Amino acid sequence: MSRFQKLPRHILPGFGLSMGYAVFYLSAIVIVPLSTIFLNTLQMDAETFFSAVSAPRVLASYRLSMTTAFFAALFDALAGMLTAWVLVRYRFPGRKLLDSLVDLPFALPTAVAGICFATLYAPGGWLGVFFEKWNLPVINTPSGIVIALVFIGFPFVVRTIQPVLEELEPEVEESAYSLGANRWQTFRKILFPHLLPALLTGTTLAFARSLGEYGSVIFIAGNLPMKTEIAPLMIMSKLDQFDYAGASAVALVLLAMSFGMLLVLNSIQSWQQKEIR
Amino acid sequence: MKQQWTKKILMAAAILLSSGVTGHTALSAAGSTTLLNVSYDPTRELYQSENAAFARYWKKKTGQTVIINQSHGGSGKQARAVIDGLEADVVTLALAYDIDAISDSRLIAPNWQKRLPDNSTPYTSTIVFVVRKGNPKQVKTWDDLVKPGVSVITPNPKTSGGARWNYLAAWGYKQKQTGSAVRAKAFVKSLYRNVPVLDTGARGSTLTFAQRGLGDVLLAWENEAHLILREFGSDKFEIVAPSVSILAEPPVAIVDKNVDRRGTRKIAQAYLSFLYTPEAQDIIAKNSYRPRNQAALRKYAANFPKIRLFTLNEIFGSWRKAQKTHFSDGGVFDQISTP
Amino acid sequence: MTPAPRTPGRGDSPKIRIALISLTYLFFAAFVFLPLALVFAQAFQKGWQYYRESITEPFALEALKLTLLTTAIVVPLNAFFGMSAAWAVTKFHFKGKTVLKTLLDLPFAVSPVIAGLIFVLLLGSRTPLGSWLGERGITIIFSTPGIIIATLFVTFPFVARELIPLMEAQGREEEEAALTLGAGGWQIVRKITLPNIRWGLLYGMILCAARSIGEFGAVSVVSGHIRGLTNTIPLHVEILYSEYNYTASFAVSSILVFLALLTVILKGSMEKAYLKTNPQSAKNHEH
Repeated sequence: MSRFQKLPRHILPGFGLSMGYAVFYLSAIVIVPLSTIFLNTLQMDAETFFSAVSAPRVLASYRLSMTTAFFAALFDALAGMLTAWVLVRYRFPGRKLLDSLVDLPFALPTAVAGICFATLYAPGGWLGVFFEKWNLPVINTPSGIVIALVFIGFPFVVRTIQPVLEELEPEVEESAYSLGANRWQTFRKILFPHLLPALLTGTTLAFARSLGEYGSVIFIAGNLPMKTEIAPLMIMSKLDQFDYAGASAVALVLLAMSFGMLLVLNSIQSWQQKEIR
Repeated sequence: MKQQWTKKILMAAAILLSSGVTGHTALSAAGSTTLLNVSYDPTRELYQSENAAFARYWKKKTGQTVIINQSHGGSGKQARAVIDGLEADVVTLALAYDIDAISDSRLIAPNWQKRLPDNSTPYTSTIVFVVRKGNPKQVKTWDDLVKPGVSVITPNPKTSGGARWNYLAAWGYKQKQTGSAVRAKAFVKSLYRNVPVLDTGARGSTLTFAQRGLGDVLLAWENEAHLILREFGSDKFEIVAPSVSILAEPPVAIVDKNVDRRGTRKIAQAYLSFLYTPEAQDIIAKNSYRPRNQAALRKYAANFPKIRLFTLNEIFGSWRKAQKTHFSDGGVFDQISTP
Repeated sequence: MTPAPRTPGRGDSPKIRIALISLTYLFFAAFVFLPLALVFAQAFQKGWQYYRESITEPFALEALKLTLLTTAIVVPLNAFFGMSAAWAVTKFHFKGKTVLKTLLDLPFAVSPVIAGLIFVLLLGSRTPLGSWLGERGITIIFSTPGIIIATLFVTFPFVARELIPLMEAQGREEEEAALTLGAGGWQIVRKITLPNIRWGLLYGMILCAARSIGEFGAVSVVSGHIRGLTNTIPLHVEILYSEYNYTASFAVSSILVFLALLTVILKGSMEKAYLKTNPQSAKNHEH
């Protein structure tokens, strides 16, 4: 940064053009459309707004979206950590294949993921058979939602941890051994703190993505009021009832949560940068 | 090497672009008129046949080619799409309230229901039960649905037209039987206690029941029930007709503002009137909707068991009233679904 | 895609190693391999003939065309935007840069359903802008332009997010040197910047294309669901699924799976080249 400040501000040409175009495009595609949510909710009086966003069914949907996204992100953190570790540290048959397939959830359309999981876990489905036997229903329960969200979020964790793990200096670990620390102690005391910012970033990304996810969840959730209705579905359902103000109000709260996530993410990242220096 | 790569990708993009641009208009071929029929979920198969029949009829009569595009979804959702600018020439929805809503936004004249015979409903239907083969839970009447351990599948009345008919059928049955709205409410409440899943549309519920194997009874349109037997095999499911149910009247209307702008009023009118002709009524009956035409009804009588049918107005006054009391925010349905 | 670690698996006993690898395979089996196998098993359930018919049926082809058209429009637009935003953000110093960078990420955090909703609220026929356009015979929502705009929003950040860290790491010395040698602005971009960011740009475009092919939630809100006209491939999958046309729905899904696998492979092979141009940026930037 300091390197930049010594130079005069605009040496290279095209600031006006590129900046102007970027801001115009950003406003047309993102800012103006998003502002409609605010404008629509501004038309409501405080009481209507409050009753719209605090109706029991709406509250239940926020709670469900938060908790399922949370558990999915937690699972993603574990599975992502494991996958990243195995992919970086070990050499084994199929490693390259697994490494490429990590990105699949990102590239696969969510609707396809949705019908796949709904079919896999349906009673009598390939996996549903077992869960039926163990008397653990998956379809139409929050656990079904978590499964879909784990799939959606897991590449984020792997792909943020992987590069950090690769960059790790072997000397640090080696010196820990030479000082008599065992494997687990080294991991807990040396490796884990180092990986933590990346892990948090990845998990937050997975969480943010899961909070708004729609396509993959609706096929498996069953959409039962108070039980398995996620917040984005609540918006859809308000729209289907011609309730635009209500839909905007619910959307506004969900947006605020996502903004919160972005803020958390930014502060983790600046913390991470400090750590690295 | 690297530059070749870039070139290849650019060329691929160019090919994609050109094929996309040129190929897009195939279903609105030159020299023909197109109509858009915006309809509710279960009528896909019906209108596929009706549209083909009408296209033949219109070609013979006028020499013009007509292509009718279809859009299907939950009835309320479809009405919203039309209000928001989906350019439907005609709407064929699950219930009058949804067309009223379109009419309220001045796209359809307020007197729409008087413009065609039989309250603008070319066919009727009713709500029946679909159970698994052998009827293991012995579900025969509405009262069996509230028994403990019976799991009932029905969609969400907030979003699905069919689900509203299901709800009102159950309510009407109890109110007619006991004469008390309070007992009807308690009945409906305990019925929805037995519902493990509320899909957003009738199709979603059918899939939940038939494909994912959930639930003991599916509350369904009569036509949908027959379709399930055809699609999934009558060796797996059977239909139980309750002795009493509701007379469901799914109406049709021209969207005045759109047909005037597109200049399709004449053909749209002809299309809706065509639905009342013996040929169309035969297709209607074949698809297990109850036709208005007596000859068609007699021909397919085996499909339509005798059920005592009450009308919506008889119990609830009008669709607007029913909607407001039961399905608006904070309405009866909201009250009974919060524990 | 990853450079070989200096000491693979250092320190871990073979037992732990095998256990961890098996656990990873188990996770992949449940979440990746089984779903993929399921798609193909279901798609070919009624034989090759039926599969071919399902994917070459006119409505499926129209849906595919619409999806490709959307992608072909969205990707260049967002790529061009990504480049100019990255140029502005990385080559100059100005107030509010952090705000701008955060705003660029915004669509990523917005639920797809909200992404659709905002365009209905902005351009639906009941809104001032929508009715003004409607009077002039222009419909956006529930027709192809609506689908394209919603997809633009959803895929908006991908190229910019790839390019900004890349160009930040590359600095601007090369461009400034060219300037002192008398090169013009466009010349600099063409001869210096573009070759430098080539892989990052392609990489961002691939991500952008993958997302625009597969977008469901946002498109579902703004599409009129008219078969053959406003149905994209993912919406077609949903329609077939709810028409009990189970096998066909998985057959069409298999096209999408195929495209997804292609994306993943392309991405992997590109990453190698990308790492060479800039080892710095590939590090903390994924998606």
